[in-house]
Amino acid sequence: MTQPPDETAPLRLALAHVSKSFPGVKANQDISFGVRPGEIHALLGENGAGKSTLVKIIYGVQRADEGEIRWDGERVEIPSPKAARRLGIGMVFQHFSLFDGMTVLENIALGLDEKVPAEELKQRIRTILDSYSLPLDPDREVHTLSVGERQRIEIVRCLLQKPKLLIMDEPTSVLTPQEVERLFDTLRQIAAEGCSILYISHKLHEIKALCSAATILRGGRVVAACDPRTESTTRMAELMIGAELKTIERPAAAGEARRARLVVNGLDMAGEPPFGTDLKTIGFTAYAGEILGIAGVAGNGQAELLLALSGERRAASNDAVKLDGQALGHADAGKRRAAGLACVPEERNGHAAVPDFSLAENVVLTARHRLPLAPSGLIRQGAVDAYAREVIQRFDVRTTGPDALAGALSGGNLQKFIMGREIGQNPEVLIVEQPTWGVDAGAAAAIRQALVDLAARGSAIVVISQDLDELLELADRLCVINEGRLSPARPVAGLKLEEIGLLMGGVHGEATAADHAHA
Amino acid sequence: MLEWRRRSEPSRAMLYLSPLIAIALTMLTGMLVFTAIGYDGFHAVQAIFVTPLVEPQRWADLGVKAAPLVMIALGLAIGFRANVWNIGAEGQYVMGAIAGTGVALLTHDMTGWWILPAMALAGILGGAAWAAIPAFLKVRLQVSEILTSLMLSYVAVQFLYYLVRGPWKDPGGFNFPQTKMFSADQVLPAMAEGSLVHLGIPVALLLALAAWFVMGKTVSGFAIRVVGRAPAAARHGGFDAGRVTWVALLASGGLAGLAGLFEAAGPFGQLTPQFPVGYGFTAIIVAFLGRLSPIGIVFGGLVLAVTYVGGEIAQSTVRLPQAATGMFQAMLLFFLLATDVLVRWRLAFRRNPAKVAP
Amino acid sequence: MTSVILVSIFMTLAAAATPILLAGLGELVTEKAGVLNLGVEGMMLCGAVTGFAVAYSSGSVTLGVVAAAFAGFLAAMIFALLTLGLGSNQVATGLALTIFGIGISSLFGAGYVGRTIQRLGPLFPADYAAHPWLRLVFGHDALVYLSLLLVAAVSLFLRRSRMGLILRAVGENADSAHAIGYRVLAIRAAATGFGGALAGLGGAYFSLALTPMWADRLTAGRGWIALALVVFAAWKPGRLLLGAYLFGAVATFELQAKAAGISWIAPEVLAMTPYLATIVVLTMMSLGTRTGGRNAPACLGKPFPAP
Repeated sequence: MTQPPDETAPLRLALAHVSKSFPGVKANQDISFGVRPGEIHALLGENGAGKSTLVKIIYGVQRADEGEIRWDGERVEIPSPKAARRLGIGMVFQHFSLFDGMTVLENIALGLDEKVPAEELKQRIRTILDSYSLPLDPDREVHTLSVGERQRIEIVRCLLQKPKLLIMDEPTSVLTPQEVERLFDTLRQIAAEGCSILYISHKLHEIKALCSAATILRGGRVVAACDPRTESTTRMAELMIGAELKTIERPAAAGEARRARLVVNGLDMAGEPPFGTDLKTIGFTAYAGEILGIAGVAGNGQAELLLALSGERRAASNDAVKLDGQALGHADAGKRRAAGLACVPEERNGHAAVPDFSLAENVVLTARHRLPLAPSGLIRQGAVDAYAREVIQRFDVRTTGPDALAGALSGGNLQKFIMGREIGQNPEVLIVEQPTWGVDAGAAAAIRQALVDLAARGSAIVVISQDLDELLELADRLCVINEGRLSPARPVAGLKLEEIGLLMGGVHGEATAADHAHA
Repeated sequence: MLEWRRRSEPSRAMLYLSPLIAIALTMLTGMLVFTAIGYDGFHAVQAIFVTPLVEPQRWADLGVKAAPLVMIALGLAIGFRANVWNIGAEGQYVMGAIAGTGVALLTHDMTGWWILPAMALAGILGGAAWAAIPAFLKVRLQVSEILTSLMLSYVAVQFLYYLVRGPWKDPGGFNFPQTKMFSADQVLPAMAEGSLVHLGIPVALLLALAAWFVMGKTVSGFAIRVVGRAPAAARHGGFDAGRVTWVALLASGGLAGLAGLFEAAGPFGQLTPQFPVGYGFTAIIVAFLGRLSPIGIVFGGLVLAVTYVGGEIAQSTVRLPQAATGMFQAMLLFFLLATDVLVRWRLAFRRNPAKVAP
Repeated sequence: MTSVILVSIFMTLAAAATPILLAGLGELVTEKAGVLNLGVEGMMLCGAVTGFAVAYSSGSVTLGVVAAAFAGFLAAMIFALLTLGLGSNQVATGLALTIFGIGISSLFGAGYVGRTIQRLGPLFPADYAAHPWLRLVFGHDALVYLSLLLVAAVSLFLRRSRMGLILRAVGENADSAHAIGYRVLAIRAAATGFGGALAGLGGAYFSLALTPMWADRLTAGRGWIALALVVFAAWKPGRLLLGAYLFGAVATFELQAKAAGISWIAPEVLAMTPYLATIVVLTMMSLGTRTGGRNAPACLGKPFPAP
């Protein structure tokens, strides 16, 4: 079925010497590569390697400072996404450009450049859905759909324009393993029909399974090109990261085994309107010295669980959350912190930290309960600055000092500062969501090491993450959150990837989506 | 060609410079506009912005006009910092004056040092009570405080009209709609014999210092700032946005109420239908001109007082209509909001033709 | 006889409803695009004074109406320049626009105080409306009919047209709209301009139709009530129409009570009723939406691009 890409035809897309700078950053430098017709071409690189900027240039969202783009051999200017679509370029974004309050049909209509009557559009959508066997109901509002279904909207939106190049930006980061398989089948079918696919990812096993060519980016430059079907994953990983892979050192856990520290029992909580997920009778225990992982596809109640544990939202029953036997379900965030329950939410800017505030002020934000920074309501500036400096030094935060604005730090540095701010308070229990999201490899390794070290000192750690690889590396035991329900925890050793995948999928996704589509 | 470039960090220099640039632009534009519509633009601007500052006999008047503006703006700035948009300060100002006058009318036949403090307390409570309505509606029922606080200021003004035309009308006032004149123990003492300068001026300065201390050095002030900047982070840090909304509205209502009482017990000495002069709205400009910082607001209040006093001068010297003052004040706010862009962006010469949108 | 009174009451009601219907409809479109322009009162005053001045100097009320819409549009463009072009805070800029409108209308209106013009009369010849009940259909001025037509047009535009879909998308999620390739700022500026033009018309209704003369702050806070009306209408043109006429009823009650000389209610208390009614309605709406769905455009008031 799959025909080999035509080696003689001109390149569908060719970039030559493309560069793009932002104030203070050279996002892309002298990038050259080509994509053949019908080829699935990987653009491989870490977060911050310049992949996103590059595809934005190709899709006309941004313009290159230098260099040229050729399309089917002709030199072209791509001043806008509209121009890109006219050439035949379609793009599925990592963060979907969807409108939650509108229907699937309206969302697709918005992505088309010409006006198509609603009935005709519906017909054309159905044709595409059928020919790729994708289940999706055009009349549903987007906020009622699963992430996999939302991605399908974007794909259908692109396919309606009969693209010659489809750009997929980190498409699997929010999908279950089963959904990933299904997406790959669709992509292979699209490529077989002659459409090129530019596949952006940092997940090596996916690229190996799917792509027939790869361009590897690091620090804004092309560092290598290879055939991922024949290249080893270790070699590709080293090219991508630019250093030998480091493994985490795990000190033996301190004595007093199996002392329960955080006990969550029968935690129910309604989601926040309009689109929150309800938490349903959540229960788990985190023991001293262990890291408990909570896996799950985005939007299944992770954010809500973090808010319920941190005290940002309070439980109905005081006994729903207990720390070392002390009931904290009714306690507010301040009281829980004082008791030693620290949390780091996923979103750094505006949730874990205030970007417009200095690092010192961000210390006051969450460290004043457990450390004597503001007894009697008066802020002790000296103590605050000293603690900020301590965090900066201990966690190797690259910044000018406590007066620097949090927003001026890079994502990885800010995350190190936030983690350091919490770990430095010696919490009894630390709950972190997506601890290494959007962080470069060096910082990610440092953060993971810090978590392991904290556990070794006898604290209990809960890591909520969508990155299965990270959880498998870090966690001692693993549970899965799906539609607000938490599965029982299982030891990571001996756990099969398929089992986790099935738990993550749960009743969510295919079955229900298919019901709706044929209803 | 010039183009906008984003600064890597907000410019602190521009934070302080942009109000001055805005004032300069306002003077320049005002000069051009008023010349274009047939006035002596140069002398109009000179009269409005310069004369009050260089003629010492105007200074007392400046203080008298700046004091209520500063007091109200201090409260408003606390609210704006917390993302609480109380724009009904005019109503709270009027209600403060009404509550204080109520005490004055009850104690009209009495004497004693305690009467004026009692009036001031009533003024604070009156303003705070009026602001408590939007606070309650906002915190408990999520009703926008912008519209409710403003609607309530129309109600307060009508209530004032009702009182001075009805139950509180001075029986010995030849049927004029006004209350009795306050007694000697009910008016603000002058700071010097025969001077216009009253107790409200030092009180406004002290309040600015207090507000500066609370906003910058205490956890409560931190709570107000963080709730306004990043509500989710505030909740994460254990701050209660509802409580901050209450505090912000009660504080701004109380300060506006106190300003209203001082105005009633100072320059007016009674309540009349002419009492609401729009200080509650002008204070919004003061708060922004002062960059929502208490010390800045003292200067902001002074600048707006200059335009009021200068506007009166320009009426007699270049026959500028009274409404011109309002025009200048509005232009000032426009330019202030426009020059704000300089804090985060800078103008630079373009290196290559690539387009950068701000 | 009663029918004559009823008809005349309804005519007053329509006249009271029309200015806030126009201004509210404009603001509805602006807000649907994600822009919160609190300067409605200021734009209405700009329209009111310009309309009056042009009608007075040219002798043509029609020209006055057109000029008023243009003045409102220009005022809205100042707002658009600041909030969309320079990224200033929408709430603060809206307040500034109101203060500006009060100032400029007072300045330029000063010369017209006490002058009168020929009021904007009924659109159809008097014999169409010979019978009192026919007056209900044919007795209104052109702006009343225009406001009703515009309600239908805006409703169709938002629900059925592609441009309307795009406008809603920009208000729902500006980042997504930008990513797809729509010009968010241009669309928002257009919606803001439309809102300004309608606010200008609403203001002109005061100075050209209701009280054919100029007085300071002629609109008396109706711009703010128009803003509240949009919330009441849950951003739906049909409900906006209902709300405007309900408000017209309250205002008519105030006028009738005053005219009838009801002595047990003080005139000042009557004058409070529109404002108090607005607060009550906003509160009731809020109670309703807590159990009902979401209505406000998701990006309302949020700057784009994010600072």
